[in-house]
Amino acid sequence: MSSLQMPKVDNSILSKKDKIVSDMGRIINPKNVLSHPDELRPFETDGLTAYRQMPLVVVMPETVEEVSNVLRYCNDNKVKVVPRGAGTGLSGGSLPLEDCVLMAMGKFNKILEIDFENRCVVTQPCVTNLAITHAVQDKGFYYAPDPSSQIACSIGGNVAENSGGVHSLKYGATTNNLLGIEVVLMDGTITKFGGKAMDSEGYDFLGLMTGSEGLLGVITEVTVKILKSPEIVKAALIGFPTIEDAGNCVAEIIAEGCIPAGMEIMDKALTKATNDYSKAGYPTDAEAMMIVEFDGTEHEVEAYIEKAKQIAEKNNSSSLKVSKSNEERLKFWAGRKAAFPACGVLAPDYMCMDGSIPRGKLAEVLREITRLSKKYDLPVANAFHAGDGNLHPLIMFDANDKNSLKKCEDFGADILKYCVKVGGALTGEHGVGIEKRELMCEAFNDKDIQQQLTIKVALDPNSLLNPGKVYPILRKCAEEGRVHVHGGKTKFPDIPRF
Amino acid sequence: MEEKQNFQTSLDFNQNIFKPSTREEIVEIVKNCYKKSIPLEISGLQSKNKIGRNFQAEKTLDLSNYKGIIDYKPEELYIKVKAGTPINEIEEALKKNNQQLAFEPNDFGYLFSGESNSGSIGGVVACNFAGSRRFKVGSVRDHLLGFQGVNGKGETIKSGGTVVKNVTGYDLCKILSGSFGTLTVLTEISIKVLPKPETSKTLIIKNPHVKKALDYLGQSLSSSTDPSGGVFYPDYFGKNFILNDLTHDGGLTGIRIEGPMNSVDQRIDRLSKELDLIDNEFSVLDSVQTEIFWSKTKNLEVFKNSKSNLIRIVVPISETLQVIQKLKKDDLNYFIDWGGSLIWMAFDHLNSKILAEIKEITKNHQGYYTLIKIEDNFKASADIFTIDPIKYKISEKIKKSFDPKRIFNPGKMYTGI
Repeated sequence: MSSLQMPKVDNSILSKKDKIVSDMGRIINPKNVLSHPDELRPFETDGLTAYRQMPLVVVMPETVEEVSNVLRYCNDNKVKVVPRGAGTGLSGGSLPLEDCVLMAMGKFNKILEIDFENRCVVTQPCVTNLAITHAVQDKGFYYAPDPSSQIACSIGGNVAENSGGVHSLKYGATTNNLLGIEVVLMDGTITKFGGKAMDSEGYDFLGLMTGSEGLLGVITEVTVKILKSPEIVKAALIGFPTIEDAGNCVAEIIAEGCIPAGMEIMDKALTKATNDYSKAGYPTDAEAMMIVEFDGTEHEVEAYIEKAKQIAEKNNSSSLKVSKSNEERLKFWAGRKAAFPACGVLAPDYMCMDGSIPRGKLAEVLREITRLSKKYDLPVANAFHAGDGNLHPLIMFDANDKNSLKKCEDFGADILKYCVKVGGALTGEHGVGIEKRELMCEAFNDKDIQQQLTIKVALDPNSLLNPGKVYPILRKCAEEGRVHVHGGKTKFPDIPRF
Repeated sequence: MEEKQNFQTSLDFNQNIFKPSTREEIVEIVKNCYKKSIPLEISGLQSKNKIGRNFQAEKTLDLSNYKGIIDYKPEELYIKVKAGTPINEIEEALKKNNQQLAFEPNDFGYLFSGESNSGSIGGVVACNFAGSRRFKVGSVRDHLLGFQGVNGKGETIKSGGTVVKNVTGYDLCKILSGSFGTLTVLTEISIKVLPKPETSKTLIIKNPHVKKALDYLGQSLSSSTDPSGGVFYPDYFGKNFILNDLTHDGGLTGIRIEGPMNSVDQRIDRLSKELDLIDNEFSVLDSVQTEIFWSKTKNLEVFKNSKSNLIRIVVPISETLQVIQKLKKDDLNYFIDWGGSLIWMAFDHLNSKILAEIKEITKNHQGYYTLIKIEDNFKASADIFTIDPIKYKISEKIKKSFDPKRIFNPGKMYTGI
């Protein structure tokens, strides 16, 4: 465990470990209660592997009633609970606590109902994001939000983090594609928010729960919207001589009324790194490279691609290639999706930041990142979901050199602060978790944070559910780690990221 | 920015209606009311003030003077405005840049006063009612990027921002959308705007039967022609639409297709084939007529000057037919929007028994109702909004976390909230 400060360990809970374990074995099937260190080890971290902590005990409930009974027991006995889905989160949202019951939802792994008439799928929360699309694609449907870890991340985790993806400009994030959830509150209350109808009565608890990072309830069932797959998808690969030209091109495409399905920019460093790694045929001489993708009917896509071409040429594009086949389109994306491993080749370690900025500030923010890169003497490569302003700088460093790690963390914090300064946000899609917790006061003042904490207390008065996440403990804005990968040894090295 | 704690204004606290024009004044009014536990009715442009339960408020906080566009960045797809800003003013500004509020805010003016009053952005967010594009682009809550407001203690709070992707902290934008002013006085609102489609056309199918209409709508919404509106008007209302290319005045199903010109034509053509329509069975409205048709729909103009009660029912599309069959007795008028999921139903007379029946039916069919317009003598005792006991308990807690002394619109949604 690093020096990251977590909520004070309750020694009385640690001393009652045997009793808690045996009580858990009475509440749920004892086979699903894990307490031996060898059994706990796989749960000690999530996608943010810089931080590790073994939980007190792991429980794997199989029914909503079991979830409810475990939570009620923990609430009555003041035991902390950390919920966990697939454990792919990049901000440490399911990092265990020494004195916690880790509730692993892995047994909730079935799709319950596919309802084409209402265009929705009802599923248990630990079904993977991609499995939903797989379940409906034979009828030409898909589930729109596509975090790049979609092959492994769970839909319940997507709800908890309000996950986005490459296509969220056009199709929204999880919150915009969710119809209902069943949730268990810390006191054991089981309730449903939303359902198959488009809206539901009263306050929008569905919206409040989405993105609450496991602090307000444990999700036991999810109903998502599915969409008819677009008839055709085409992408253009465009090189620009300057970042400004690429930025202007983004602004003009949007202003022209074209909403692309995805629009990505990489800087020269990343373009070269990913091209070397994946041989994607990128214009490596360009200062910025853009992939812009449109979907819809044939005429529609042709019209938008043509418009995008004209705008790109007007903005001094140095190269432009439109995909002629689906294979070619996927090749365009292959390099982009290999950004993590490509950086792994360049440096022993890197950290992936996740700031959100106004699209128009891209050039300014990249200039600042370049300045900071010189200041901290660490190389950086930048990927940018230009469509929705989500910036992912990858800072390269050497974790074996303590000074280098510290410099990297300071560099990262400075980038996020700058994102907030230009009107953006601390996190676009990875969540706050433990990673950006202490930076929250850059974005919010005490009153804002207090209002959020009051909501937390209203639903979880003893603050037992996933404590130590999202809200600052130190009240000193600026440290902590990012997505940290050492020598390519991340928890899930093969999963594409962002 | 923190509010100035001891801001001095010329506010006269003896008056019953406050019309602040600055946030500092709003803060001072709320703080004062919090201190003295004075209930406040939050009001905007009076377009939807009749929706909700009767409640007693000693003072009114009228936000109609707190208006204006703070920041509009067309290329960033957002507009930031003060909460009292009229929707018309916002839409005018967007139009100049060929943009729009994609969720099509309803204009309830025709229903309540016989003439247009689309209200203020604060009211639209507080009610979270969305127009016909609901199934494609989401509701008001899906377009609210951020807000600043004053909670029940007089503290200025904010959440979200102006960027689309933001997962920093709880998403308070959602909980405030549709809270009918019971949690926070909204002061500033940042809302997502989208480009207006190049053109739009509407496929009108002559058809008086609701079952057939729901088939058409279901099929259209599941097709790759990507419609952005789907509505059914039974015979009774067909005559309300006088448009050049509308060749009959009976029941009709309308399906809107938007996008680049040639793509719209292609999709309309394909949709009519997918639905197996024969030539004299349908007509196509051009963009001008399309705008008129859908504007009448979102503005509930078929109920203009109606003396009836009006109920808004939301159910999954698979349940719509049964709900209508169970509810429709004799002379009830209704139309269906949102591609089959939203029913606007007028009742000449309502009483507790009928309402209990509606509640039971909608609940059994996985939906809910909201009483939008209701006769005065029944309003005091009617459940305007429905809720189950567990959600009521949670709502009480959430209400308390924003407005501990229950000074904002107390009782407007539910007794005790």
